[in-house]
Amino acid sequence: MPGKLKAKIVAGRHLPVMDRASDLTDAFVEVKFGNTTFKTDVYPKSLNPQWNSEWFKFEVDDEDLQDEPLQITVLDHDTYSANDAIGKVYIDIDPLLCSEAATVISGWLPIYDTIHGIRGEINVLVKVDLFNDLNRFRQSSCGVKFFCTTSIPRCYRAVMVHGFVEELVVNEDPEYQWIDRIRTPRASNEARQRLIFLMSGELQRKIGLKVLEMGGNAVVGYLQCFDLEGESGLVVRAIGTACTLEKISTFPATATHPNNSSPSKDMKEPGFGEEAPGVPLSSGPPTPLRAQTFSSFSPSKSYSRQSSSSDTELSLTPKTGMGSGGSAGKEAGPLKALLRQQTQSALEQREYPFFTLTAFPPGFLLHVGGVVSARSVKLLDRIHNPALGNTRSYKLLDWNSFTADEPETRDAWWEEIRQEIKSHAKALGCHAVVGYSESTSICEEVCILSASGTAAVLSSRFMQDGPLDTEHRLSRQPLCVFSTGSERVEGDMGSSASLGFEEVVSPGCGFCHIPYDELNIPFPAQLTYCYCCRRYKVPDVLFTTIDLPTEANVTGKGCLIQARLCRTKKKAQGEGNATAISSLLPFLEYELHTQLMNKLKLRGMNALFGLRIQISVGETMLLGLASATGVYLTALPSPGGIQIAGKTPSDITYEQHISTMQKKINDTIDKNKELYEINPPEVVEEIIGSPIPEPRQRSRLFRSHSESSDEVSELDLSHGKKDAFVLEIDDTDAVEDIHALLTDSPTPAGFYSCNTEIMPGIQNWTSAIQMFTSVRVFRLNANLTNQGLNKIFSDLCENLLKSLYFKLRSMVPCCLCHLNFTVAIPEDELIQVAVTAVAMSFDKEQPLENGKQSGEKTLIKAITENDEQLQFNLELNAETSSHNPLSSPKGLSEVGSHLSARASSLEKASPLPEGRSRSLRSNRSYSGSSVAVVKMTPLSFIPGAKIIKYLGIINMFFIRETSSLREEGGVSGFLHTFIAEVFAMVRAHVAALGGNAVVSYSMKECVFMENPNKNQAQCLINVSGDAVIFVRESELESTSVQTQSATTHTSNGGEGT
Amino acid sequence: MSVELDVFVGNTTIMDKEVYQLWLNGYTVNDAVKVRIEGGVMEECEASAEVLLSDTMDQYRTFQMCERLLHHPAKLANQLLFQIPPDRQAMLIERYALACQFNSLDLVIIQFQTFICISLFRYYAFDDSFVREVLGKKLSKGTKKDLDDVSIKTGITLKSCRRQFDNFKRVFKVVEELKGPLVENIRQHFLLPDQLARDYAAIVFFANHRFETGKKKLQYLTFQDFAFCAGQLINNWTVGAVDNMMEDMDVDLDKEFLQDLKDLKILITDKDLLDQHKNLVCTALRGKTNVFNEMEANFKNLSRGLVNIAAKLINAKDVRDFFIDLVEKFIEPCRSDKLTSIDVNLYLTHYTNSAHILDTFKHHAVWTRYMGVIKSCILRMYHD
Repeated sequence: MPGKLKAKIVAGRHLPVMDRASDLTDAFVEVKFGNTTFKTDVYPKSLNPQWNSEWFKFEVDDEDLQDEPLQITVLDHDTYSANDAIGKVYIDIDPLLCSEAATVISGWLPIYDTIHGIRGEINVLVKVDLFNDLNRFRQSSCGVKFFCTTSIPRCYRAVMVHGFVEELVVNEDPEYQWIDRIRTPRASNEARQRLIFLMSGELQRKIGLKVLEMGGNAVVGYLQCFDLEGESGLVVRAIGTACTLEKISTFPATATHPNNSSPSKDMKEPGFGEEAPGVPLSSGPPTPLRAQTFSSFSPSKSYSRQSSSSDTELSLTPKTGMGSGGSAGKEAGPLKALLRQQTQSALEQREYPFFTLTAFPPGFLLHVGGVVSARSVKLLDRIHNPALGNTRSYKLLDWNSFTADEPETRDAWWEEIRQEIKSHAKALGCHAVVGYSESTSICEEVCILSASGTAAVLSSRFMQDGPLDTEHRLSRQPLCVFSTGSERVEGDMGSSASLGFEEVVSPGCGFCHIPYDELNIPFPAQLTYCYCCRRYKVPDVLFTTIDLPTEANVTGKGCLIQARLCRTKKKAQGEGNATAISSLLPFLEYELHTQLMNKLKLRGMNALFGLRIQISVGETMLLGLASATGVYLTALPSPGGIQIAGKTPSDITYEQHISTMQKKINDTIDKNKELYEINPPEVVEEIIGSPIPEPRQRSRLFRSHSESSDEVSELDLSHGKKDAFVLEIDDTDAVEDIHALLTDSPTPAGFYSCNTEIMPGIQNWTSAIQMFTSVRVFRLNANLTNQGLNKIFSDLCENLLKSLYFKLRSMVPCCLCHLNFTVAIPEDELIQVAVTAVAMSFDKEQPLENGKQSGEKTLIKAITENDEQLQFNLELNAETSSHNPLSSPKGLSEVGSHLSARASSLEKASPLPEGRSRSLRSNRSYSGSSVAVVKMTPLSFIPGAKIIKYLGIINMFFIRETSSLREEGGVSGFLHTFIAEVFAMVRAHVAALGGNAVVSYSMKECVFMENPNKNQAQCLINVSGDAVIFVRESELESTSVQTQSATTHTSNGGEGT
Repeated sequence: MSVELDVFVGNTTIMDKEVYQLWLNGYTVNDAVKVRIEGGVMEECEASAEVLLSDTMDQYRTFQMCERLLHHPAKLANQLLFQIPPDRQAMLIERYALACQFNSLDLVIIQFQTFICISLFRYYAFDDSFVREVLGKKLSKGTKKDLDDVSIKTGITLKSCRRQFDNFKRVFKVVEELKGPLVENIRQHFLLPDQLARDYAAIVFFANHRFETGKKKLQYLTFQDFAFCAGQLINNWTVGAVDNMMEDMDVDLDKEFLQDLKDLKILITDKDLLDQHKNLVCTALRGKTNVFNEMEANFKNLSRGLVNIAAKLINAKDVRDFFIDLVEKFIEPCRSDKLTSIDVNLYLTHYTNSAHILDTFKHHAVWTRYMGVIKSCILRMYHD
């Protein structure tokens, strides 16, 4: 019941001219929430109206507060005809519902029209008074915090990680309703925008309820997606990881920290540095399982605050192990099993032991098994929508209601896939899946559902059962798996000390150690002893979907590795089409995997992080794009080279051809090693024989056919023989592979790229960041062969990267981080590639021997470029004061003083304190200038800065349509403007919340359709991220007092359920 | 096979200055790419022509989007579409400012505004050779149609000519209606630096009065010569010049003053006065110059010329011929007598001062106001 929403309309500016006769506008505003509407007075004849309205008050349920957006419509009053709409602003008030987020929305927001784009701005004030609701049966979940960030947010610490939450809602797509035939495109677009706002609100509320039920207070790694299924509806689905977070109150800890702005340091420290003590053992009614485990432990050792790397609970195991175990030789097994069982059982109680997180508190991630993925092809035309004319029809399609067969169909599909993933993880000896994500690709009535993640073994530390969790979850029978304990005998290293050692020493290499049973490997792999600790087995190659753990030992730098593939497919309908796609999928995956493996070896690296395989389906082709960041993990063996073997050795020219190729490849590997500074210490090799002595086996695929058109396959880590990875050149495929390998052009000097959060080997970021989105659509000729298609697709991606490097050349030395490629086939013969990433420049550190030359070169380049720009200014000035016979300095100061006069008058003389320029500038970026600067980044942090507050999730959906495409500069002009407008709106909303940055920003959807013949185009964009307030580390000292009081003020809102 | 769509949008807008200048100069995308290739940016950055083309098209699009804002510069300060001040820019400006020894407060404000201003300067900058062609012409559609001739004559692309012409027109339209000092108005509404604002004031002033500048005899004068003269006229002969109330516009000449100028005719109609004046001037000049004889011989002629110009200015039609009259009636005779500009300065100084000593001459204020401008204009215009 309880909630009072208040809104005040202050003013407008830059409104468009609505009355041609007077060149002015008679504007007024409608403020709508739910079914209540208020209006302001008409402010006649002005493009900059000052309404200064009263406070409009809406008394509403908090359930509605979560679901509905506040809708502000600006109109032009017309005495004789209908009032013309100028545009709308949707305000998501969710951030105001959480006590720890924003308290007020206040600022200039762009007025948006789906046909004309941004048409001026409106200044509004929005507040919410929320009364406490203690109703147990409430439908709202106010106070649950949402984060897009896929790690524990910077200024929080994880008390507990509860696990996977998911939900989906379905509705008819307004674009496909009968009424769409008679209404205007604007009305149709607005109906769609509004519906999606409502659906996301509802989805978030429902997920929130699940979190509360589990005893959590936040969702981290919240990933919301839309499936535009056309005729069969609109699906909004979301997954996330439920957590109990606690705000870190010892805020100024880092203020005392020396001001070197290394983000990695910053990252670790505030998040987890101080959480180690006490958490796991201290609180909560222990479940029987826990009690059993701990009863045998005698925690004689006190927890040490300083041992940041240690997992305190596990470090206790050796001693207690001694006591409980019978013989020294055998105890390792059972104890380990016990531990595992404990965490396992904690996980088993969960339906899906999945985590959308990609980065973890230290000690949480114990071992990584490898990538698990599952795909399934479905036909959409099988389900038919019940005819629902009600405008609030989505309400009827509730999770619990009887007409809900729709979402259940979708749910069942996803359930199948998740089960598959779960069983794959089990096969790898893992009880959890981390870095988990789900996606779809839809073409006509065929839909490919994909899920992928990284099988892993987790520590139980953060995973006690939630108190409210039990009833619901325990009803599920825990599935029994993996009873390794007794069979596992590790002869030569059975001492308890070493066991304990493993868990303690592990940060650098522990996660690489195999989680599966060596004698029972689910797939062929070449195992060696870990190159770090020399005690445990590691695979030769490791593929994962998570970020590189910050504590991992890495040699050299990393780089972006992409496998790109295009396969033609016959046009088909319905079931036949689905079957055709299903049968193509495994080959596609296999080839992508081979390509990845080859490229990885070519770069002399042995592990992939952030692997993301995207498969897109079109009418006549399938597109596969795998992106990952390759690194050299010190713990893993050095990868062997790539050896080319010919089949017919008799021919001499052929031999020569092969040997030149071989030489090329070897040269490239050497060059790459130098480029990425990979020079691992020489070690004596001690290879343990692979259980399956098949050296040429490259990878293996699990394929399981389920009925109908389902196809599920798994990619797991494969292997190659240590010293030589053999490519047979007898078939055309191999030739193609080699060409593909060698055509990847290296990144220009001074550039690095990765698709993960951080780049190993680079620490000293400067504060210069540039987030960008680039979209390309490529038209293909008909009748291309697979090879032709492949080449085109590969070139398209390469050229796009090259363009990015060129564009961003002024930031050198810099790294493109979180390079996120999205491919789509919007139409037959069209390929669309969208990239969002952030370029971050860094200070060249003490150049290493081999990096020296290139470093100096880029430095010089940067300097010359700066000089160029300098010249620009000077020349410009000479131009403006060309008649002035005096020397330029005077002219300059003239311009300068003029500027200062102008600027200060514009800024209404913002109170700039006297002092050094440094502090002045930073002040300005915060609040000084008339338009606040809002940084955007797909990463979860801002280099050289500290996030002091999360203001709430930003989740915005926009549609833009035009019927004058040519006039707007063609497709490129249209999309360019639209993306710029979306950025502007995101920035404005963040600024209105009081924020100065968006982190974990992503463009989830960019659906572009055009019809050049009709001069029309339409585009849908969905973006999300976390609005935050950050302060520069250099400023921290001065502001710390202030913010500290602010942080201590905030309380844990969501926990009191 | 073709790239159908290709866009790049940054959270902070990236603008390449070199490309911006090419765009302003009216180069087509392809020509701009050629220029850039010749400039060697490709080797420098390991880029291909394809990349360069894509980048250039993208930049052009950005500029086109900006153009709408540039037409209303006052909006730029709080526009939201482009996020402009990047840190890097700040760093550069800092270096730049350091070289120029700005104090730190200025620095901050410059960082905030510079990017906007640089775009503006560049957008509103014009070619002297172009403006020389249209100076004093009516800023009408008819003139705009003739721009292709101007383009051919000056070698400036038609696109660039059109932009410059439209800028003139836009500024003219805005300040025409405004009260107060012309230069200040331009500065405020278009955020232009002082010098550029003065130039625009000159252009507006010339267009308003339709001063003749195209005659062959005036060809030797540069735009800056005219701009200087316009400044003199604006500062001394308009209503705003004497009346600080700023009630009227700076664009129009002070009618009352023009009326009063007719009274100066007495200097040439009254024979005694003319002789007296001549004697006084000659006495003062004697022995101070090599061309004394010529000056003496020509005195009446020159004096008649200057006073007649003054008397005629009340007619709008004759105002147009102001500069041509100055050249024909004064500068040319002096030049044929081989007077140096020092001689002319000397002559005009004494010519002006002597009038005040004349017993029967009463119009001292008008005379000073008139001759001050005439003297500085003539001195500025007295060159080859």
